[in-house]
Amino acid sequence: MVEWTEQERTIITTIFSNLDYEDVGPKALARCLIVYPWTQRYFASFGNLYNAEAIKTNPNIAAHGTKVLHGLDRAVKNLDNIKATYAELSVLHSEKLHVDPDNFKLLADCLTIVIAAKLGSAFTPETQAAFQKFLAVVVSALGRQYH
Amino acid sequence: MSLTTKDKDTVKAFWTKVSGKAEDIGSDALSRMLLVYPQTKTYFAHWKDLSPSSAPVKKHGRTVMSGIGDAVSKIDNLTSGLLNLSELHAFTLRVDPANFKILSHNLLVVFAIMFPSYFTPEVHVAMDKFLSAVALALSEKYR
Repeated sequence: MVEWTEQERTIITTIFSNLDYEDVGPKALARCLIVYPWTQRYFASFGNLYNAEAIKTNPNIAAHGTKVLHGLDRAVKNLDNIKATYAELSVLHSEKLHVDPDNFKLLADCLTIVIAAKLGSAFTPETQAAFQKFLAVVVSALGRQYH
Repeated sequence: MSLTTKDKDTVKAFWTKVSGKAEDIGSDALSRMLLVYPQTKTYFAHWKDLSPSSAPVKKHGRTVMSGIGDAVSKIDNLTSGLLNLSELHAFTLRVDPANFKILSHNLLVVFAIMFPSYFTPEVHVAMDKFLSAVALALSEKYR
């Protein structure tokens, strides 16, 4: 069971309540596909991913980035039970999407960078610690049902 | 995943933009590392003060960043250029190389915070590759 302090809960819920999903989601996913190009393997049907500019302006990627970011909402609402909350999503990523779970960390790191750029100095070391802890729990839960 | 000419040019151009703030970058990255990854504190038990912006953290941030600046100038041959630093880390400091990745991550976070418009995905990938190459060169003499 993950233990959260009151401060950590506040930091996480505050970040998400002030989040511009349609901006951060697309940016995080595009960054992941550019910085870790092998992740493009999961998006072969999404259209033009030939270069950074194409990825950044691809509407399918943008829509998917927003969708993935909203996927984190349930974890934020169920901080004390993220493992159970994501059991189904984990099965989906394993059985249907066949995503290598190592990729979850790559996207998490890109999301951290995008949020850091947005919040600037407000992304204090304590904020970074809480946010990264949250993402680590999410990443672990998503990988849990793989076999 | 070796550095292309484009990567090297991107790294050098980005370094020119940010090296003026090297001290702040180094100090902030180290502070974050010590707080977000507490296991890294084990290497600094000899410091009196491990809090962000403390004197030892600031000083060490400067040291680390001047090493990175040196690496930028030796970007065409990191392995031979960083040989002495590798020996230092391998034989004297004996830092587990996994920690290089951790510090690199925190440097990237600080770049994003301090230079949000410069630190585009294209610059991010070049800097990530560069820091990985530096880490590899630093690990050269380990075994």
